[in-house]
Formats: sequence, C-alpha cells, structure tokens
Amino acid sequence: MAAQVPTAYYLVLAAILFSIGVGSFLIKRNIITIFMSIELMLNAVNLTFVAFAHQWHQISGQIFVFFVMVVAAAEAAVGLAIIIAIFRTRQTLNVDQVDLMKL
Amino acid sequence: MSPQTSTIPACYLWLIPLLPFVGFLINGILGRKMPRAFVTAIALIFTAIPAAIVAWLWSVMTAGNAPEAIHAVSKPWIAISGFQVNFAFTVDHLTLIMLGVVTGVGFLIHLYSAGYMAHEDGYWRFFAYLNLFMFFMSVLVLASSFLLLFVGWEGVGLASYLLIGFYFKKDSASDAGKKAFIVNRIGDFGFLLAMFLIVAHFGNLNFTDVFSSISQHPEWHGGFLTAIALLLVVGATGKSAQIPLYIWLPDAMEGPTPVSALIHAATMVTAGIYMVARCHTLFDRSTTALAVVAIIGAATAILAASIGMVQHDIKRVLAYSTVSQLGYMFLACGVGAYAAGIFHLLTHAFFKALLFLAAGSVIHALSGEQDMRNMGGLRKRIPVTFWTMTSGVFAIAGIWPFAGFFSKDEILYQTFISANPIAKLLWLVGLVTAGMTSFYMFRLWFKTFFGEQRFEEHPEQAHGHAAHAGEDEHDEGQTAHPHGVHESPWIMLFPLVVLGILSLIGGWEHTAFGNFLDPVFGTANAATEAATAASHGLELTLAAVSLIVVAIGFLFAWFFYYKKPGTAAALALKTKPLYSLLDHKYWVDEIYGALIVTPLLMFSRLILAGLVDTGLVNGSGALAGATTRGLSTITRRVQSGNIRSYAGWLALGAAAVLVVMIFGRGLWPH
Repeated sequence: MAAQVPTAYYLVLAAILFSIGVGSFLIKRNIITIFMSIELMLNAVNLTFVAFAHQWHQISGQIFVFFVMVVAAAEAAVGLAIIIAIFRTRQTLNVDQVDLMKL
Repeated sequence: MSPQTSTIPACYLWLIPLLPFVGFLINGILGRKMPRAFVTAIALIFTAIPAAIVAWLWSVMTAGNAPEAIHAVSKPWIAISGFQVNFAFTVDHLTLIMLGVVTGVGFLIHLYSAGYMAHEDGYWRFFAYLNLFMFFMSVLVLASSFLLLFVGWEGVGLASYLLIGFYFKKDSASDAGKKAFIVNRIGDFGFLLAMFLIVAHFGNLNFTDVFSSISQHPEWHGGFLTAIALLLVVGATGKSAQIPLYIWLPDAMEGPTPVSALIHAATMVTAGIYMVARCHTLFDRSTTALAVVAIIGAATAILAASIGMVQHDIKRVLAYSTVSQLGYMFLACGVGAYAAGIFHLLTHAFFKALLFLAAGSVIHALSGEQDMRNMGGLRKRIPVTFWTMTSGVFAIAGIWPFAGFFSKDEILYQTFISANPIAKLLWLVGLVTAGMTSFYMFRLWFKTFFGEQRFEEHPEQAHGHAAHAGEDEHDEGQTAHPHGVHESPWIMLFPLVVLGILSLIGGWEHTAFGNFLDPVFGTANAATEAATAASHGLELTLAAVSLIVVAIGFLFAWFFYYKKPGTAAALALKTKPLYSLLDHKYWVDEIYGALIVTPLLMFSRLILAGLVDTGLVNGSGALAGATTRGLSTITRRVQSGNIRSYAGWLALGAAAVLVVMIFGRGLWPH
C-alpha cells in the first residue's frame, strides 16, 4: 500500500489557502480580486471537506462539495453581473469608492 | 282626517331635519363647481319641503281628535345598562310653533338670501351652512331628550360660528365668530352639568320620563331641582344672549344680514327660551330659579335697550334690540308665563326677521353702508322697504294693532300680576324698556328714512360689500332713480312683504294662541288664566299705560331726530359721562377683558405655554432625542459604508468565535 499523504497536510494546505483568501479579501481594493479571494476561501473549505471524506470514507463530504460548487457558480454569475453594473455606473472597481450607504 | 293620519306623520318627522342636511351635503360637496342657479334651487327646495311638511303637520295636529303629541323613535343611540337614549323626535304644540318659525321664516330668509347674496363669493358655502343650520335647528326643536336637544344646540352653535365668520378674510368677522363660539361654550358647560345632574337623579334624559317623575313627586321643591334649573339657565343665557353672556350677539352682526335675521334674531337665539319653556315642569318647582330667570330677563332687557339707544350702526341697534327682546321672553318665563314668552318669541321672529331683512335691503340699496349717520331721506327712494320696515318698527315698538303690542303687553301684564315678590319692580323695568324700545326703533326709523339725505351718491360706487357689484341686472327696470340708490329685487322684497303682513296680523289671535299651548303648559297656565278672567280691567289699564310710554318714546325720537335733528348731539355732549357709558356699552367687554380674558391669557402664555409646553413637553422630547443622538455618535462609526472595514469586522468576529471555541471550552458549564 502506497504511503498515504496524511490528512493533516491537506488541512494545513487548506488553512493556508483560506488565510490567503481572508488576507487578500481584507487588503485588496479591486472588486474582482476580492471576488477571487472569496472563491479561494470557498475552495479551501472544499479541500477540507474532501480530505475528511477521504479519511472517514464517507460520501457526504464529497456531495457537500458539489453543493458548494453550485452555489459558488451561481454566486459568480450574480456577482460578476453586479460588478459590471458597478463599473458601468461608476467607471471604477475600487471598493473604497463604493461607500454610498455610509452614514 | 282618516284614522291613519296619527301614525303617518311619525315617518315624515325624520324628513324635516334630514332634507336640509341632504341639501347641505349636496351644496357643501358639489356646490363649488355648480352654477349658482343650481345651488339656489337645491337650498330652496330642501328647505321648502320641510316647511310644507310642517304646514301639513299643523293641519294634522289641529284637527278635531288629534293626539297631543306625535312620537317618532328610531334605534337606540346610547344604551348602557339601565340607561338609554334613543334617536327620538316628538312633536307637540310647542314644537309645532317652533317648527313653524324655523321652517317658515327660515324658508323666507333663504329666498331673501338668494337675492341678497347673489353677487357674493362663496355663494355655495353660504347656502350649505344655512341648510346645515336648518338641520340642527330642526333637531333641536324636535328632540325628545335633553341629549338630542344638546346635539342640535351644539350644531346651531357651529353653524352660527361658520356664518358669523363667513367673511373670514376680515379679522373682525373671524374674531366675532370665535367670540360667539367661546361664549356659547361657557353656557354649554352649564347645560352639560345640568344633564349630568339629571342623569344622576333621574337615570334618564328623556323629557317625558324626567318630567313625569317630577309630576309624580309633588313634594319635590328646590334642592337639586334648583341646581339643575340654574345650570340650564346658564346654558340658556349663553345661547339666548342674556346677562352675563350676551356679549357675543352684537359682535355676531359681522355675518351677512340674512344670517343675522335667521340665526341671531328669529331662531337660534330663541333656543334658550324654548329650552326653559320645554323644562317648565322643572322650573315651576324652583321659585329661586324662576326668580333668577325673571331678574336676568328684566336686567338684560333694560341694559341692552339702553345701549341700543346710542348705537349708530343700523345692525347693532337691531342686535341690542334682539338682546332686549330676548330679555322680555326670559322675563315672561321667569314669572311662569311661558305661553306669553313663546308668543313673544313667535311675534319677535316675525318682526325682528323683518327688521333685519329690511335693514339688509337698506344696506343693499346703499351698497354696504351700515352707519345711520350716513343715511336719511330714503323713504321715497326705496318705498317697499320703507313700508315693510315701518310695519316691523310699529310691531316691535308695541303699537296697537301690530303683533308686538299683544305679545309685549301680555308679558307686562303677566309680570304685573305674578306672585314674584318684586313683580311690580320687574313690571316697571319692562315698562321703561318698552319706552326705550320705542325710542331707539323710531330713532332708527327717522334717521334712515326721514330728514335730509346724508349719503353720497356715486355713479360708480365704492362697494362696501365687495360683491355687490353688478347690481344693475336686478334693477327690474327702475330706471327713474339714479344708479346709486335703488330698491331691491323682488326675490328680496317678497319675504319682506310676507313678514310685514305677519308683523301686522301676527298678534291678533293671542287668546287662541294661549289655548293652543295649554296641552303643553297645562297647569302652569291654569292659574294665570283664572287671574286673567278676574281682572280684565287691569289688563286694559296696563295696556293703556304701556301705550302712553311707547308714545313718549316715539315723541322723544320724533323731537330729536325729525323735528330738531342735532339736539341729540348737543344733549349727548351735555350728558357726556352717561352718554359715553352707553356708547361704550357699559364697558362690559373691557371689564370681561380685564377680569377674565387677560388673566387667562397670561396664565396660558406664562404657565401653560412657557412652563408646561416649552419646559415640560418640549423638554422631555428634546431630552429623549439628545440622549439617543449622543449614544449614536459612538455606534454610528461602525457603519462606515466601507466594504473592507465590514469585511475586517467580519473576520475579527469569526476569529473571536474561533478563539472562544478553542480556548474557552472550560469557561462555561456543559
């Protein structure tokens, strides 16, 4: 039996990916980059799901990943449409300039 | 009469008030957009039909075996365990007379108004209010309980307020409206307290129940009955313009003249007398209350008459004359001669409405001039107005055989023979008032219609009543006279002629009138009638005395204002203090202002407005607002609108949850 990659490796990788996602979400100003970092966080979570599913030989974790992917696809469609709309009205994708709702 | 007639009228009773109300709704809602002819037609039709119904009721009620009263009850209005008030109308002979005055004179005045108001703005508004008044006044006289009477009572006050303030762009008119309303409110307060006392003692507000339970207890005298009666008198002094609440009526002349004729002479102001007469069972049990009524009446009669002698505004003379005549009616009620009071109410409705309408015709002819100093010599210029007004003047002065002679004489006679300890003094006051009445009415007559012409005639007149422009259409072909002064159109003269005839013949049936009211006043009248039969000679003597006094009044007026005009002014100069006392109406308005209005105003301004309103009410509101605002200056910083800061807070929160989950497991029990 081939040496298996321990689950912990996957989890550490997922944590790194998630932290990169959170960090870039907080730092970046471009909406598209922020959007990409959200995707990164989602996929980091997917990775943990798959890792645990593999470890416990349970299918439900993998099925959950499909749900997350579907939601992410839908979110991408809506989100990109919103981004295009914002760009059309404001000629900018800088989130700091999209602050009309402040008091 | 078929047997059914006694049941049929019950349903028709409702139509008497409801039709004018429908007219009010139509004119009030649609009138603004409708042509004047339509408004006029609605207003006239919806007052003519009730008048016709009343005429028919009259024939039913006076038929051979007619019932003493017709009742019409609909659904209960207020029904709380054991206490019930219905929407119920009753017509007896007293109500019938009042209805006749209200609908009959009311219709004539509607007719007159169609001509008088023809060029005014707000024509539809005027007729809507007038119809509203007719509605409430009919409710007032038809009501069979104190509460429903009070509804009409308040309603006519409202209509009166609206009509006094009809020219609401004039400050004086809107002020007069407010004054009338507020002064009446004081009286209404007394009326309300009286109703509470009645409920407390009788558990009921229906006239029949209250009065029959008084009749069943002949031992009840004074006590709470006096309290109730005196409170009712407070209400009546407000509505019927008696001392101490008469001050609103002279100011009410700011309204259009037909309004003065209808509301402030013929109908509404007599509501107080009607109410006292309606409650005669109650008043008869309280000699104190009756004495108060009699004294108030006599005092008001002479006070108002003395003020009326020096007024210059033609309508104000008539206003004080109305107050004075209402005093006579009060006096009659106070000595227990209710039928005489109601009789004077009836004849007064004829001749005072006539006088006001004729005065309106004079004002109309002079394009808004109301000051008698600027009149004179109008006898030949407006002959119909002159002759009809002459009938009114003779009637109110009490000259045989005009209506006022019979009714006023009846009151003076009943006062003279009454059991009141100061009956003779009251009679003397009434007699002097009769002389004064004769003086000021003939003064008005001479100053307006005789002597030299004291007004200027302009081919193009400056119109006092802005809307009296374009009168030419109504000239009815009277091209002979100069443009300025002209007789009124027929639609105004017709009511004058009708009322003029009524002022002449209205008193002839005075004996029949007393008998007609017997079913209502019954016992109250029986005693006085016995006395009447016994002393017919006395009555004739008293009548002769009052005629002499009236003649003296006439001679004074004739001397001062016809024979030697100008002597009056000289006399006024000689008796400066007395004259100025009368001219300033005994400074009653000023005294009320200093004693009541100013302190009340200061209290409102300083304590209520300054302390309570600004300090307490505004302060607590401001405090609550400031607190919220202060707290929010901290929390509002979170809502920056910056997406990345929201994301940062989100991440921080998630991190905090994680930290608690991982390291804080031992912190709380499982």
